[in-house]
Amino acid sequence: MNPDEIRAADDLEHAHEEGNAMTPKRIWFVFWVLLGITSIEFIITLYLVHTFHWSTGIKGFVLIALTLLKAYYIVGYFMHLKFEKTPLIYIIGMPTILIIGLIAGLVSEGHHWLLTR
Amino acid sequence: MEVPVSASPIKGSAWGGGRSPFSIEYGKLMMWIFLLSDAFTFSALLVTYGTIRNSVSAIHWPNPEEVFKSIPFAEINAPLVFVGLMTFILIMSSVTMVLAVEAGHRMAKKEVQKWMIWTILGGIAFLSCQAWEWSHLIKEGASLTGNPWGATQFSQLFFVITGFHGFHVLSGVVINMIILANVNAGTYERRGQYGMVEKVGLYWHFVDLVWVFVFTFFYLI
Repeated sequence: MNPDEIRAADDLEHAHEEGNAMTPKRIWFVFWVLLGITSIEFIITLYLVHTFHWSTGIKGFVLIALTLLKAYYIVGYFMHLKFEKTPLIYIIGMPTILIIGLIAGLVSEGHHWLLTR
Repeated sequence: MEVPVSASPIKGSAWGGGRSPFSIEYGKLMMWIFLLSDAFTFSALLVTYGTIRNSVSAIHWPNPEEVFKSIPFAEINAPLVFVGLMTFILIMSSVTMVLAVEAGHRMAKKEVQKWMIWTILGGIAFLSCQAWEWSHLIKEGASLTGNPWGATQFSQLFFVITGFHGFHVLSGVVINMIILANVNAGTYERRGQYGMVEKVGLYWHFVDLVWVFVFTFFYLI
């Protein structure tokens, strides 16, 4: 076996032992995903919105969706949460979902302030 | 590794007692709980941003492409280019951090040192960029009480939120330096594991995560 193969086999064994699933190959894959999504966000903001006259609502929805996707990759892979035990994922994930509800509620409340001014 | 526990009535159950149901180290669990509380703090700021922004008429809200169009050393119109660079630096430093954690799993001290140094340099580069951006905006007249592009709330929220995030980056750089000093001193080699690098890594990724949201809400939308 060449050194790369030995290292890959070690990684696999290690991953099996300690649940360490982040090999350098996977780390760089996630990096390219994050960079790709960020580039798409730039293209949307600087070109697509102007060229195709997107409404603020559509622009906001698409950009927030892409941001949440980026958050999923950072928390899931870089912070390793995807490979932790289910109870831990619930402890971190559930309150975060409640926060999204709070944001949705208060953004609509802000709109109401504008209407009542 | 299998230890027979004949006395336990629910053998193998995660919640049967005798071991952590989360099967991670205590310090890492506590770091997660701390980060959750920190996420609440940042959410409070972002909820404030969303509420106030929607309570201001859209015509008064400044267009980020006009506010953030400058780059250092050149008088050209380059909308969002500089913040793109800042975002790239922070994502890159997150990658080097996770590479340091990966090297720690293999007990490769030299590699942990190398990647920790790159992470710290990334953090310092980000802070320098932010210092330039702040001083540039202040020179153009933005402050907590005024904003040349429109609604004052924009610059108020900008300085408070990016300031609070920048303070987190600064703390992260300092903590990274302390951990690097311990790595250099061989502390974790003696312990037989690089768990502390993982913990500071969690914090550093969280800082990157918050920036992803700040970036979207302030610069793009």
